[in-house]
Amino acid sequence: MPETAPLLAIRDVHAGYDGTRILNGLSMQVEAGEIVALLGSNGVGKTTLNKVLSGVVPLTSGAITFDGLDLGSASAVDIVEAGLIHVPEGRKIFADMSVLDNLTLGSYRRGKASRKTNLERVFAIFPRLKERTAQMAGTLSGGEQQMLAIGRGLMAEPRLLILDEPSLGLSPLLVEELFDLIERLNASGLTILLVEQNVAQSLDIADKAHVLAEGRIALSGTGRALADDPELQKTYLGL
Amino acid sequence: MPALDILAAAVLNGLMTGAIYALIAVGLTLVYGVLHIINFAHGAMLSAAMFAAFLCFQIGIDPYLAIAPLAVAFFGAGYGLQRWLIGPASHGDDRNILLVTLGLSIIIENLLLASFRSDTRTIDVPYGFSSLDLGFTFLPLTRLMGFGVACLVAAMFWLILNWTDLGKAIRAVAREKLGATLVGIDVRHIYAVTFGLGAASVAIAACLLLPIFYVNPRVGNAYVLVAFTIVVLGGMGSVAGAFIGGLLIGVVESLSGMYFGESLGQLGIFLIFIVVLMVRPTGLFGARA
Ligand SMILES: Nc1ncnc2c1ncn2[C@@H]1O[C@H](COP(=O)(O)OP(=O)(O)OP(=O)(O)O)[C@@H](O)[C@H]1O
Ligand SMILES: [Mg+2]
Repeated sequence: MPETAPLLAIRDVHAGYDGTRILNGLSMQVEAGEIVALLGSNGVGKTTLNKVLSGVVPLTSGAITFDGLDLGSASAVDIVEAGLIHVPEGRKIFADMSVLDNLTLGSYRRGKASRKTNLERVFAIFPRLKERTAQMAGTLSGGEQQMLAIGRGLMAEPRLLILDEPSLGLSPLLVEELFDLIERLNASGLTILLVEQNVAQSLDIADKAHVLAEGRIALSGTGRALADDPELQKTYLGL
Repeated sequence: MPALDILAAAVLNGLMTGAIYALIAVGLTLVYGVLHIINFAHGAMLSAAMFAAFLCFQIGIDPYLAIAPLAVAFFGAGYGLQRWLIGPASHGDDRNILLVTLGLSIIIENLLLASFRSDTRTIDVPYGFSSLDLGFTFLPLTRLMGFGVACLVAAMFWLILNWTDLGKAIRAVAREKLGATLVGIDVRHIYAVTFGLGAASVAIAACLLLPIFYVNPRVGNAYVLVAFTIVVLGGMGSVAGAFIGGLLIGVVESLSGMYFGESLGQLGIFLIFIVVLMVRPTGLFGARA
Protein backbone atom coordinates (compact mmCIF):
# COMPACT_ATOMS: atom_id res chain seq x y z
CA MET A 1 0.00 0.00 0.00
CA PRO A 2 1.36 3.47 -0.83
CA GLU A 3 2.25 5.76 2.08
CA THR A 4 -0.34 8.51 2.44
CA ALA A 5 0.24 11.47 4.75
CA PRO A 6 -1.80 11.29 7.94
CA LEU A 7 -4.59 13.85 8.33
CA LEU A 8 -3.03 15.08 11.56
CA ALA A 9 0.64 14.68 12.37
CA ILE A 10 2.02 15.80 15.72
CA ARG A 11 5.80 15.70 16.06
CA ASP A 12 7.80 16.28 19.22
CA VAL A 13 5.43 18.88 20.63
CA HIS A 14 6.33 20.86 23.74
CA ALA A 15 3.77 23.21 25.22
CA GLY A 16 2.43 24.47 28.53
CA TYR A 17 1.37 27.52 30.47
CA ASP A 18 3.84 30.23 31.38
CA GLY A 19 6.44 28.40 33.38
CA THR A 20 4.87 24.97 33.67
CA ARG A 21 5.55 22.62 30.85
CA ILE A 22 2.72 20.15 30.29
CA LEU A 23 3.52 18.49 26.97
CA ASN A 24 7.06 17.23 26.64
CA GLY A 25 7.94 15.82 23.27
CA LEU A 26 4.57 14.41 22.30
CA SER A 27 4.25 12.73 18.91
CA MET A 28 1.22 11.00 17.42
CA GLN A 29 -0.79 10.76 14.24
CA VAL A 30 -4.39 10.56 13.21
CA GLU A 31 -5.18 8.95 9.87
CA ALA A 32 -8.17 10.09 7.88
CA GLY A 33 -11.25 8.02 8.64
CA GLU A 34 -10.10 6.76 12.03
CA ILE A 35 -11.44 7.06 15.52
CA VAL A 36 -8.42 7.72 17.70
CA ALA A 37 -8.81 7.58 21.46
CA LEU A 38 -6.57 9.65 23.71
CA LEU A 39 -6.45 8.39 27.28
CA GLY A 40 -4.61 9.47 30.38
CA SER A 41 -5.19 10.26 34.02
CA ASN A 42 -6.59 13.57 35.23
CA GLY A 43 -4.37 16.59 34.73
CA VAL A 44 -1.95 14.84 32.43
CA GLY A 45 -2.48 17.29 29.57
CA LYS A 46 -5.14 15.89 27.23
CA THR A 47 -7.15 19.10 27.18
CA THR A 48 -3.95 21.07 26.82
CA LEU A 49 -3.10 19.08 23.69
CA ASN A 50 -6.58 19.78 22.31
CA LYS A 51 -6.09 23.47 22.95
CA VAL A 52 -2.74 23.39 21.21
CA LEU A 53 -4.38 21.68 18.24
CA SER A 54 -7.08 24.35 18.04
CA GLY A 55 -4.64 27.25 18.31
CA VAL A 56 -5.69 28.35 21.80
CA VAL A 57 -2.47 27.37 23.58
CA PRO A 58 0.73 28.15 21.64
CA LEU A 59 3.38 25.61 20.75
CA THR A 60 6.71 26.03 22.52
CA SER A 61 8.42 23.76 20.03
CA GLY A 62 7.65 20.92 17.70
CA ALA A 63 5.50 20.71 14.60
CA ILE A 64 1.88 19.94 13.87
CA THR A 65 0.42 19.62 10.41
CA PHE A 66 -3.23 19.20 9.63
CA ASP A 67 -3.78 18.22 6.02
CA GLY A 68 -0.76 20.24 4.92
CA LEU A 69 -1.56 23.24 7.14
CA ASP A 70 1.23 24.11 9.59
CA LEU A 71 -0.62 24.61 12.86
CA GLY A 72 2.43 26.20 14.49
CA SER A 73 1.86 29.33 12.44
CA ALA A 74 -1.90 29.06 11.93
CA SER A 75 -4.40 31.11 13.93
CA ALA A 76 -7.40 29.62 15.69
CA VAL A 77 -9.51 31.04 12.86
CA ASP A 78 -7.37 29.37 10.18
CA ILE A 79 -7.67 26.08 12.02
CA VAL A 80 -11.47 26.23 12.13
CA GLU A 81 -11.50 27.21 8.47
CA ALA A 82 -9.36 24.18 7.66
CA GLY A 83 -11.95 21.95 9.34
CA LEU A 84 -10.21 20.96 12.57
CA ILE A 85 -13.04 21.42 15.04
CA HIS A 86 -12.73 21.10 18.81
CA VAL A 87 -15.80 20.35 20.95
CA PRO A 88 -14.35 21.38 24.30
CA GLU A 89 -14.49 19.84 27.72
CA GLY A 90 -17.30 21.47 29.68
CA ARG A 91 -19.20 22.25 26.45
CA LYS A 92 -18.60 26.01 26.47
CA ILE A 93 -21.90 26.71 24.75
CA PHE A 94 -23.31 30.23 24.67
CA ALA A 95 -25.64 29.93 27.64
CA ASP A 96 -27.52 33.20 27.20
CA MET A 97 -28.27 32.59 23.55
CA SER A 98 -30.88 30.43 21.88
CA VAL A 99 -30.16 26.93 20.62
CA LEU A 100 -30.52 28.23 17.08
CA ASP A 101 -28.02 31.07 17.65
CA ASN A 102 -25.57 28.60 19.16
CA LEU A 103 -25.82 26.35 16.14
CA THR A 104 -25.66 29.23 13.67
CA LEU A 105 -22.51 30.52 15.34
CA GLY A 106 -21.07 27.06 14.77
CA SER A 107 -21.12 27.89 11.06
CA TYR A 108 -19.55 31.31 11.65
CA ARG A 109 -16.68 30.55 9.27
CA ARG A 110 -18.88 28.93 6.63
CA GLY A 111 -20.94 30.60 3.97
CA LYS A 112 -24.48 31.69 4.76
CA ALA A 113 -25.69 29.36 2.02
CA SER A 114 -24.31 26.23 3.68
CA ARG A 115 -25.79 27.09 7.08
CA LYS A 116 -29.17 25.76 6.13
CA THR A 117 -27.88 22.41 4.95
CA ASN A 118 -25.68 22.18 8.03
CA LEU A 119 -28.66 22.90 10.24
CA GLU A 120 -30.75 20.25 8.54
CA ARG A 121 -28.01 17.71 8.99
CA VAL A 122 -27.60 18.53 12.68
CA PHE A 123 -31.35 18.46 13.27
CA ALA A 124 -31.51 15.05 11.59
CA ILE A 125 -28.93 13.80 14.09
CA PHE A 126 -30.41 15.62 17.10
CA PRO A 127 -34.19 15.99 16.64
CA ARG A 128 -34.34 17.16 20.26
CA LEU A 129 -32.50 20.33 19.31
CA LYS A 130 -34.95 21.03 16.52
CA GLU A 131 -37.82 21.05 19.01
CA ARG A 132 -35.97 23.55 21.13
CA THR A 133 -34.50 26.07 18.71
CA ALA A 134 -35.79 29.08 20.65
CA GLN A 135 -34.84 27.83 24.12
CA MET A 136 -31.92 29.49 25.90
CA ALA A 137 -28.96 27.14 25.73
CA GLY A 138 -28.23 27.57 29.43
CA THR A 139 -31.62 26.12 30.35
CA LEU A 140 -31.10 22.86 28.44
CA SER A 141 -30.53 19.68 30.40
CA GLY A 142 -26.97 18.43 30.65
CA GLY A 143 -27.50 15.84 27.95
CA GLU A 144 -29.14 18.36 25.64
CA GLN A 145 -26.28 20.77 26.25
CA GLN A 146 -23.82 18.11 25.16
CA MET A 147 -25.89 17.48 22.03
CA LEU A 148 -25.77 21.21 21.38
CA ALA A 149 -22.01 21.34 21.85
CA ILE A 150 -21.51 18.50 19.38
CA GLY A 151 -24.15 19.94 17.06
CA ARG A 152 -22.37 23.29 17.10
CA GLY A 153 -19.14 21.50 16.22
CA LEU A 154 -20.83 19.70 13.31
CA MET A 155 -22.15 23.03 12.03
CA ALA A 156 -18.53 23.98 11.30
CA GLU A 157 -18.27 21.19 8.70
CA PRO A 158 -15.45 19.36 10.49
CA ARG A 159 -12.96 17.10 8.78
CA LEU A 160 -11.44 16.18 12.10
CA LEU A 161 -13.63 16.43 15.16
CA ILE A 162 -12.01 16.57 18.59
CA LEU A 163 -14.37 15.49 21.34
CA ASP A 164 -13.02 16.30 24.82
CA GLU A 165 -14.83 14.21 27.43
CA PRO A 166 -18.22 14.30 25.69
CA SER A 167 -19.72 11.79 28.13
CA LEU A 168 -19.03 13.90 31.20
CA GLY A 169 -22.15 14.10 33.33
CA LEU A 170 -24.31 11.90 31.10
CA SER A 171 -26.36 8.97 32.38
CA PRO A 172 -25.18 5.47 31.33
CA LEU A 173 -27.98 5.27 28.78
CA LEU A 174 -26.99 8.57 27.19
CA VAL A 175 -23.33 7.55 27.22
CA GLU A 176 -24.35 4.46 25.27
CA GLU A 177 -26.19 6.65 22.74
CA LEU A 178 -23.24 9.01 22.53
CA PHE A 179 -20.83 6.23 21.64
CA ASP A 180 -23.27 4.97 19.00
CA LEU A 181 -23.41 8.47 17.59
CA ILE A 182 -19.61 8.75 17.47
CA GLU A 183 -19.48 5.49 15.52
CA ARG A 184 -22.17 6.69 13.13
CA LEU A 185 -20.41 10.01 12.52
CA ASN A 186 -17.23 8.10 11.86
CA ALA A 187 -18.99 5.71 9.50
CA SER A 188 -20.19 8.73 7.52
CA GLY A 189 -16.55 9.66 6.91
CA LEU A 190 -15.69 11.92 9.83
CA THR A 191 -12.31 11.47 11.51
CA ILE A 192 -12.54 11.67 15.30
CA LEU A 193 -10.06 12.31 18.09
CA LEU A 194 -11.77 11.20 21.26
CA VAL A 195 -10.65 12.09 24.78
CA GLU A 196 -12.54 10.02 27.29
CA GLN A 197 -12.66 8.69 30.84
CA ASN A 198 -14.85 5.79 29.75
CA VAL A 199 -11.82 3.74 28.86
CA ALA A 200 -13.44 0.42 27.98
CA GLN A 201 -16.12 1.94 25.75
CA SER A 202 -13.63 4.22 24.03
CA LEU A 203 -11.22 1.40 23.29
CA ASP A 204 -14.13 -0.61 22.00
CA ILE A 205 -14.93 1.88 19.23
CA ALA A 206 -11.41 3.26 18.61
CA ASP A 207 -9.25 2.16 15.69
CA LYS A 208 -6.16 3.38 17.53
CA ALA A 209 -5.53 4.53 21.05
CA HIS A 210 -2.77 6.48 22.75
CA VAL A 211 -2.04 6.90 26.41
CA LEU A 212 -0.62 10.21 27.54
CA ALA A 213 1.72 10.20 30.54
CA GLU A 214 4.37 12.65 31.67
CA GLY A 215 3.88 14.89 28.69
CA ARG A 216 4.29 12.31 25.95
CA ILE A 217 2.63 9.25 24.48
CA ALA A 218 3.58 6.38 26.73
CA LEU A 219 1.60 3.61 25.13
CA SER A 220 -0.06 3.19 21.73
CA GLY A 221 -1.84 0.49 19.85
CA THR A 222 -5.08 -0.54 18.30
CA GLY A 223 -8.12 -0.16 20.47
CA ARG A 224 -8.35 -3.89 20.88
CA ALA A 225 -4.68 -4.35 21.76
CA LEU A 226 -4.83 -1.72 24.49
CA ALA A 227 -8.06 -3.11 25.83
CA ASP A 228 -6.26 -6.36 26.47
CA ASP A 229 -3.15 -4.71 27.88
CA PRO A 230 -2.93 -5.29 31.65
CA GLU A 231 -0.37 -2.51 32.01
CA LEU A 232 -2.80 0.11 30.76
CA GLN A 233 -5.15 0.50 33.67
CA LYS A 234 -2.60 -0.19 36.36
CA THR A 235 0.28 1.97 35.23
CA TYR A 236 -1.13 4.80 33.19
CA LEU A 237 -4.68 5.57 34.08
CA GLY A 238 -4.29 5.51 37.82
CA LEU A 239 -7.29 3.25 38.16
CA MET B 1 -45.10 70.72 46.18
CA PRO B 2 -44.47 72.30 42.76
CA ALA B 3 -47.22 72.46 40.23
CA LEU B 4 -47.74 69.46 38.00
CA ASP B 5 -46.61 71.25 34.87
CA ILE B 6 -43.29 72.21 36.45
CA LEU B 7 -42.81 68.63 37.55
CA ALA B 8 -43.60 67.34 34.05
CA ALA B 9 -41.19 69.83 32.55
CA ALA B 10 -38.44 68.67 34.90
CA VAL B 11 -39.09 65.05 34.04
CA LEU B 12 -38.98 65.80 30.32
CA ASN B 13 -35.77 67.76 30.65
CA GLY B 14 -34.29 64.92 32.64
CA LEU B 15 -35.19 62.43 29.94
CA MET B 16 -33.53 64.63 27.32
CA THR B 17 -30.21 64.74 29.17
CA GLY B 18 -30.61 61.18 30.40
CA ALA B 19 -30.72 59.80 26.88
CA ILE B 20 -27.29 61.29 26.16
CA TYR B 21 -25.95 59.96 29.47
CA ALA B 22 -27.41 56.63 28.41
CA LEU B 23 -25.54 56.69 25.12
CA ILE B 24 -22.23 57.33 26.89
CA ALA B 25 -23.05 54.58 29.37
CA VAL B 26 -23.98 52.13 26.60
CA GLY B 27 -20.49 52.47 25.13
CA LEU B 28 -18.88 52.05 28.53
CA THR B 29 -20.95 49.04 29.50
CA LEU B 30 -20.44 47.34 26.13
CA VAL B 31 -16.67 47.56 26.48
CA TYR B 32 -16.95 46.34 30.05
CA GLY B 33 -19.21 43.45 29.06
CA VAL B 34 -16.91 42.19 26.31
CA LEU B 35 -13.39 43.11 27.40
CA HIS B 36 -14.17 42.96 31.13
CA ILE B 37 -12.44 46.22 31.83
CA ILE B 38 -13.53 49.73 32.68
CA ASN B 39 -12.21 51.90 29.89
CA PHE B 40 -10.59 54.75 31.81
CA ALA B 41 -10.08 56.63 28.55
CA HIS B 42 -13.83 56.88 27.88
CA GLY B 43 -14.03 60.38 29.41
CA ALA B 44 -10.95 61.66 27.62
CA MET B 45 -12.29 60.22 24.37
CA LEU B 46 -15.53 62.12 24.96
CA SER B 47 -13.62 65.36 25.53
CA ALA B 48 -11.59 64.71 22.38
CA ALA B 49 -14.75 64.03 20.41
CA MET B 50 -16.34 67.24 21.68
CA PHE B 51 -13.30 69.18 20.50
CA ALA B 52 -13.47 67.38 17.20
CA ALA B 53 -17.09 68.47 16.87
CA PHE B 54 -16.05 71.96 17.97
CA LEU B 55 -13.42 72.12 15.20
CA CYS B 56 -15.94 70.82 12.70
CA PHE B 57 -18.28 73.64 13.72
CA GLN B 58 -15.52 76.19 13.21
CA ILE B 59 -15.06 75.09 9.63
CA GLY B 60 -18.77 75.28 9.08
CA ILE B 61 -20.01 71.77 9.74
CA ASP B 62 -23.11 71.60 11.89
CA PRO B 63 -22.69 69.28 14.92
CA TYR B 64 -25.58 67.09 13.79
CA LEU B 65 -24.03 66.71 10.36
CA ALA B 66 -20.71 65.85 12.02
CA ILE B 67 -22.28 62.83 13.75
CA ALA B 68 -21.77 60.32 10.94
CA PRO B 69 -18.20 61.24 9.95
CA LEU B 70 -17.05 61.56 13.57
CA ALA B 71 -18.70 58.26 14.51
CA VAL B 72 -16.86 56.53 11.67
CA ALA B 73 -13.56 58.24 12.49
CA PHE B 74 -13.81 57.40 16.18
CA PHE B 75 -14.84 53.85 15.42
CA GLY B 76 -11.71 53.51 13.31
CA ALA B 77 -9.52 55.12 15.94
CA GLY B 78 -10.99 52.95 18.69
CA TYR B 79 -10.57 49.83 16.60
CA GLY B 80 -6.94 50.67 15.88
CA LEU B 81 -6.17 51.59 19.49
CA GLN B 82 -7.49 48.31 20.84
CA ARG B 83 -6.10 46.14 18.07
CA TRP B 84 -2.62 47.58 17.79
CA LEU B 85 -1.96 49.36 21.06
CA ILE B 86 -4.09 48.33 24.03
CA GLY B 87 -4.37 44.66 23.09
CA PRO B 88 -0.68 44.03 22.34
CA ALA B 89 0.45 46.18 25.28
CA SER B 90 -1.73 44.29 27.73
CA HIS B 91 -0.54 40.77 26.86
CA GLY B 92 -3.99 39.46 27.61
CA ASP B 93 -3.93 40.59 31.23
CA ASP B 94 -7.01 42.59 32.22
CA ARG B 95 -5.13 44.67 34.78
CA ASN B 96 -2.72 45.79 32.10
CA ILE B 97 -5.56 46.85 29.81
CA LEU B 98 -6.85 48.97 32.67
CA LEU B 99 -3.49 50.67 33.07
CA VAL B 100 -3.09 51.22 29.36
CA THR B 101 -6.48 52.94 29.11
CA LEU B 102 -5.57 55.04 32.15
CA GLY B 103 -2.33 56.08 30.45
CA LEU B 104 -4.23 56.78 27.27
CA SER B 105 -6.66 59.08 29.09
CA ILE B 106 -3.75 61.07 30.55
CA ILE B 107 -2.15 61.43 27.13
CA ILE B 108 -5.39 62.50 25.43
CA GLU B 109 -6.22 65.00 28.17
CA ASN B 110 -2.81 66.58 28.05
CA LEU B 111 -2.84 66.78 24.28
CA LEU B 112 -6.17 68.58 24.52
CA LEU B 113 -4.84 70.91 27.22
CA ALA B 114 -1.80 71.69 25.12
CA SER B 115 -3.86 72.39 22.01
CA PHE B 116 -6.87 74.16 23.47
CA ARG B 117 -5.76 75.32 26.97
CA SER B 118 -8.16 74.78 29.81
CA ASP B 119 -10.63 77.41 28.57
CA THR B 120 -14.25 76.53 28.42
CA ARG B 121 -15.87 77.09 25.04
CA THR B 122 -19.37 76.98 23.67
CA ILE B 123 -20.80 77.17 20.19
CA ASP B 124 -23.79 79.15 18.95
CA VAL B 125 -25.89 77.23 16.53
CA PRO B 126 -28.40 79.30 14.54
CA TYR B 127 -31.30 77.24 15.90
CA GLY B 128 -30.02 77.50 19.47
CA PHE B 129 -33.13 79.28 20.68
CA SER B 130 -35.71 77.31 18.73
CA SER B 131 -37.95 75.19 20.83
CA LEU B 132 -41.08 73.15 20.77
CA ASP B 133 -44.05 74.66 22.59
CA LEU B 134 -45.84 71.98 24.56
CA GLY B 135 -48.25 74.40 26.19
CA PHE B 136 -46.94 73.87 29.71
CA THR B 137 -43.25 74.12 28.80
CA PHE B 138 -40.82 74.73 25.97
CA LEU B 139 -38.49 71.96 24.83
CA PRO B 140 -35.33 73.34 23.24
CA LEU B 141 -34.73 71.89 19.79
CA THR B 142 -31.15 70.95 20.67
CA ARG B 143 -32.28 68.82 23.59
CA LEU B 144 -34.98 67.22 21.50
CA MET B 145 -32.42 66.34 18.84
CA GLY B 146 -30.12 64.95 21.52
CA PHE B 147 -32.89 62.78 22.87
CA GLY B 148 -34.03 61.54 19.46
CA VAL B 149 -30.60 60.71 18.11
CA ALA B 150 -29.42 59.12 21.36
CA CYS B 151 -32.49 56.86 21.43
CA LEU B 152 -32.02 55.98 17.78
CA VAL B 153 -28.37 55.11 18.24
CA ALA B 154 -29.05 53.07 21.36
CA ALA B 155 -31.72 51.18 19.43
CA MET B 156 -29.22 50.56 16.64
CA PHE B 157 -26.70 49.18 19.13
CA TRP B 158 -29.36 46.88 20.48
CA LEU B 159 -30.36 45.71 17.00
CA ILE B 160 -26.74 45.06 16.02
CA LEU B 161 -26.08 43.08 19.18
CA ASN B 162 -29.19 40.96 18.95
CA TRP B 163 -29.84 40.47 15.26
CA THR B 164 -26.59 40.53 13.32
CA ASP B 165 -23.85 37.92 13.02
CA LEU B 166 -21.37 40.47 14.28
CA GLY B 167 -23.53 41.23 17.30
CA LYS B 168 -23.94 37.56 18.11
CA ALA B 169 -20.19 37.11 17.82
CA ILE B 170 -19.69 40.03 20.21
CA ARG B 171 -22.08 38.48 22.73
CA ALA B 172 -20.44 35.10 22.30
CA VAL B 173 -17.01 36.54 23.06
CA ALA B 174 -18.41 38.47 26.01
CA ARG B 175 -19.78 35.42 27.77
CA GLU B 176 -17.81 32.48 26.47
CA LYS B 177 -14.44 33.37 25.04
CA LEU B 178 -13.15 29.82 24.58
CA GLY B 179 -16.37 28.67 22.94
CA ALA B 180 -16.24 31.69 20.65
CA THR B 181 -12.64 31.00 19.69
CA LEU B 182 -13.46 27.39 18.88
CA VAL B 183 -16.21 28.30 16.41
CA GLY B 184 -13.71 30.49 14.59
CA ILE B 185 -14.58 33.93 15.93
CA ASP B 186 -11.52 36.18 15.82
CA VAL B 187 -11.51 37.39 19.42
CA ARG B 188 -8.96 40.18 18.86
CA HIS B 189 -11.06 41.54 16.01
CA ILE B 190 -14.21 41.44 18.14
CA TYR B 191 -12.42 43.21 21.00
CA ALA B 192 -11.32 45.93 18.60
CA VAL B 193 -14.79 46.26 17.07
CA THR B 194 -16.27 46.58 20.55
CA PHE B 195 -13.77 49.22 21.56
CA GLY B 196 -14.51 50.99 18.29
CA LEU B 197 -18.25 50.93 19.04
CA GLY B 198 -17.52 52.41 22.47
CA ALA B 199 -15.53 55.19 20.82
CA ALA B 200 -18.29 55.78 18.27
CA SER B 201 -20.82 56.09 21.08
CA VAL B 202 -18.86 58.95 22.69
CA ALA B 203 -18.33 60.59 19.30
CA ILE B 204 -22.08 60.67 18.73
CA ALA B 205 -22.75 61.80 22.30
CA ALA B 206 -20.21 64.59 21.81
CA CYS B 207 -22.07 65.94 18.80
CA LEU B 208 -25.30 65.91 20.79
CA LEU B 209 -23.78 67.58 23.86
CA LEU B 210 -21.88 70.37 22.15
CA PRO B 211 -24.90 72.48 21.10
CA ILE B 212 -26.34 72.19 24.63
CA PHE B 213 -23.37 72.42 26.98
CA TYR B 214 -19.77 73.61 26.87
CA VAL B 215 -16.47 71.92 26.13
CA ASN B 216 -13.11 71.95 27.87
CA PRO B 217 -10.34 69.34 28.05
CA ARG B 218 -11.73 67.72 31.19
CA VAL B 219 -15.44 67.93 30.53
CA GLY B 220 -15.71 64.28 29.46
CA ASN B 221 -14.81 63.02 32.90
CA ALA B 222 -17.85 64.59 34.53
CA TYR B 223 -20.13 62.78 32.10
CA VAL B 224 -18.31 59.52 32.41
CA LEU B 225 -18.54 59.60 36.19
CA VAL B 226 -22.30 59.79 35.81
CA ALA B 227 -22.14 57.16 33.04
CA PHE B 228 -20.21 54.87 35.35
CA THR B 229 -22.91 55.06 38.03
CA ILE B 230 -25.41 54.29 35.27
CA VAL B 231 -23.40 51.25 34.17
CA VAL B 232 -23.34 49.88 37.71
CA LEU B 233 -26.97 50.79 38.25
CA GLY B 234 -28.11 49.12 35.04
CA GLY B 235 -26.04 46.00 35.69
CA MET B 236 -22.42 45.86 34.54
CA GLY B 237 -22.32 44.90 30.88
CA SER B 238 -26.06 45.24 30.24
CA VAL B 239 -26.77 47.51 27.29
CA ALA B 240 -30.51 47.66 27.96
CA GLY B 241 -29.77 48.34 31.63
CA ALA B 242 -27.44 51.19 30.74
CA PHE B 243 -30.09 52.75 28.54
CA ILE B 244 -32.93 52.55 31.07
CA GLY B 245 -30.51 53.53 33.83
CA GLY B 246 -29.41 56.56 31.82
CA LEU B 247 -32.95 57.83 31.40
CA LEU B 248 -33.63 57.20 35.09
CA ILE B 249 -30.52 59.07 36.19
CA GLY B 250 -31.35 61.97 33.91
CA VAL B 251 -34.77 62.30 35.50
CA VAL B 252 -33.44 61.89 39.01
CA GLU B 253 -30.80 64.53 38.43
CA SER B 254 -33.34 66.93 37.03
CA LEU B 255 -35.82 66.38 39.86
CA SER B 256 -33.27 66.58 42.62
CA GLY B 257 -31.89 69.73 41.00
CA MET B 258 -35.38 71.15 41.29
CA TYR B 259 -35.87 70.14 44.92
CA PHE B 260 -32.37 70.59 46.33
CA GLY B 261 -31.15 73.34 44.01
CA GLU B 262 -29.19 73.18 40.80
CA SER B 263 -25.80 72.64 42.39
CA LEU B 264 -26.98 69.58 44.28
CA GLY B 265 -28.55 67.92 41.25
CA GLN B 266 -26.09 65.07 41.40
CA LEU B 267 -26.89 64.34 45.02
CA GLY B 268 -30.02 62.48 43.92
CA ILE B 269 -27.98 60.36 41.53
CA PHE B 270 -25.83 58.99 44.27
CA LEU B 271 -28.79 58.49 46.59
CA ILE B 272 -30.57 56.41 43.95
CA PHE B 273 -27.32 54.62 43.24
CA ILE B 274 -26.91 53.57 46.86
CA VAL B 275 -30.55 52.59 47.30
CA VAL B 276 -30.65 50.42 44.14
CA LEU B 277 -27.42 48.70 45.02
CA MET B 278 -28.68 47.96 48.50
CA VAL B 279 -31.80 46.32 47.11
CA ARG B 280 -30.22 44.76 44.00
CA PRO B 281 -26.44 44.49 44.27
CA THR B 282 -26.11 43.38 40.63
CA GLY B 283 -27.96 46.42 39.31
CA LEU B 284 -31.33 46.71 37.63
CA PHE B 285 -30.56 44.38 34.73
CA GLY B 286 -27.52 42.54 36.03
CA ALA B 287 -27.29 38.77 36.00
CA ARG B 288 -27.98 37.29 39.39
CA ALA B 289 -24.73 35.41 39.50
N1 LIG C 1 -4.72 27.92 31.89
C1 LIG C 1 -3.88 27.17 32.63
N2 LIG C 1 -2.88 27.77 33.31
C2 LIG C 1 -2.01 27.04 34.05
N3 LIG C 1 -2.08 25.72 34.18
C3 LIG C 1 -3.05 25.07 33.53
C4 LIG C 1 -4.01 25.77 32.72
N4 LIG C 1 -4.86 24.87 32.20
C5 LIG C 1 -4.48 23.67 32.66
N5 LIG C 1 -3.39 23.78 33.44
C6 LIG C 1 -2.68 22.69 34.09
O1 LIG C 1 -2.16 21.84 33.10
C7 LIG C 1 -2.25 20.49 33.50
C8 LIG C 1 -2.94 19.67 32.44
O2 LIG C 1 -4.28 20.08 32.37
P1 LIG C 1 -5.30 19.50 31.31
O3 LIG C 1 -6.56 20.21 31.47
O4 LIG C 1 -4.66 19.50 29.99
O5 LIG C 1 -5.43 17.99 31.82
P2 LIG C 1 -6.39 16.84 31.31
O6 LIG C 1 -5.51 15.71 30.93
O7 LIG C 1 -7.32 17.33 30.29
O8 LIG C 1 -7.15 16.46 32.64
P3 LIG C 1 -8.68 15.99 32.86
O9 LIG C 1 -8.73 14.54 32.52
O10 LIG C 1 -8.88 16.20 34.31
O11 LIG C 1 -9.54 16.82 32.01
C9 LIG C 1 -2.95 20.48 34.84
O12 LIG C 1 -1.98 20.34 35.84
C10 LIG C 1 -3.60 21.81 34.92
O13 LIG C 1 -3.67 22.27 36.24
MG1 LIG D 1 -9.32 17.58 30.20
